[in-house]
Amino acid sequence: MSVAIRVIPCLDVHDGRVVKGVNFRDLRDAGDPVELAALYGREGGDEVTFLDISASREGRETTRDVVRRTAETVFIPLTVGGGVSSVEDVDALLRTGADKVSINTAAIRRPEVIREITERFGNQVLVLSVDARREAGMPSGYGVTTHGGTTSAGIDALDWARQGVDLGAGEILLNSMDADGTTTGFDLQMLADVRRVVDVPLIASGGAGTVRHFVEAADAGADALLAASVFHFGTLSVGEVKDALAAAGHVVRRA
Amino acid sequence: MAPIVALLDYGSGNLRSAERALEAAGADVRLTADPVLGRDADGLVVPGVGAFAACVEGLRAVDGESVIRDRVAAGGPVLGICVGHQILFGAGDEHGKHSTGVGVLPGVVDRLRARRLPHMGWNTVEAAAGSTLFAGVEDAWFYFVHSYGVHAGAALQDLPGGRLTYATHEQDRFVAAVEAGPVSSTQFHPEKSGEAGARLLRNWIATLG
Repeated sequence: MSVAIRVIPCLDVHDGRVVKGVNFRDLRDAGDPVELAALYGREGGDEVTFLDISASREGRETTRDVVRRTAETVFIPLTVGGGVSSVEDVDALLRTGADKVSINTAAIRRPEVIREITERFGNQVLVLSVDARREAGMPSGYGVTTHGGTTSAGIDALDWARQGVDLGAGEILLNSMDADGTTTGFDLQMLADVRRVVDVPLIASGGAGTVRHFVEAADAGADALLAASVFHFGTLSVGEVKDALAAAGHVVRRA
Repeated sequence: MAPIVALLDYGSGNLRSAERALEAAGADVRLTADPVLGRDADGLVVPGVGAFAACVEGLRAVDGESVIRDRVAAGGPVLGICVGHQILFGAGDEHGKHSTGVGVLPGVVDRLRARRLPHMGWNTVEAAAGSTLFAGVEDAWFYFVHSYGVHAGAALQDLPGGRLTYATHEQDRFVAAVEAGPVSSTQFHPEKSGEAGARLLRNWIATLG
């Protein structure tokens, strides 16, 4: 047997509350990230990712409290991203109960931070989050973006993924800014292209709309499949996604 | 009365999840670096995340090596988790650096022979026949995160009363868990393995004092 394809629900958290629409009938409080994470855990989510989009220090503290409370009741891996810029940030998140952290803008500003974090806590702790889109003039055709895809970082996305792994990142979270929010499918070409240049686990993100999309991304070489809105709106359940993956011949874990 | 489990705090990683999961499984958990409690508790859990050498160094700083050796010599139960499993072995070769381990299990930790590393995610195991740890969860999924592991040599395979559980990543078959007298250890994270992991922890706690 080999390792199962992971299905990862992602929660955008702002000042301790889940943002973007959440549409579950069986939750007392659909905006409570702890309750939602527990629900995804029960449904068979293989990990849960929290993306902290708080702008303030108080908001970040509140998110840490969310992670702390989630880790007390949900015994599956928790990843936290958003605003992580230093070894100290990672240390604080791990102490609250996070198992992994994802880093994005801070690593673009200062790539060495990847090495600093992974030398201290191991490669497995760090997910390099790459927001990429097609960009003319980039050698690979893909550029790294910041600010939600609106600003070019002026870096080639494939080079950056490769460099991030060389510096110690244990996983790549590839967010397609072209596909994000479209629900027309993951960016399969970009996934396959990044897959060719890195051997660490690759998480596909952006564009999921149907179960078929998850299967296609797994076929394209993704090791894990991350989605937010299709799960929050109840369009798809984790179980339905896993049924489709299993039917297509992929190994999935049944909780 | 719930058995007292000392969770060895030597500065390695996320101890909170292990603490909560052991509590949920019925233990009275003491997060501690105190050698006395480490020796006297009903059970000792050795966690560990990150690099082998760094973990061994942290362990030595709190006298953890002799605590583990003393416990094992006296037949006191120890459970190693992830790098806490690895450092129970004789040595580790990580990033080309050779480090001595605690040595209560025979073998060397080396790099997994797989293209996709870390081996990250949920995998199944070949549970040892008659295993206590895996009773009721022989066919379950467990959460692994590691690039290094133990490839069972003759000394480990022939350990008297030893039971070895294996897992395979790509084509590489490595030791996923050991049960050898007072020593139990898992390469995966039971505290992150949902219901199956909780059952495994309960199975271990049931063997204590």
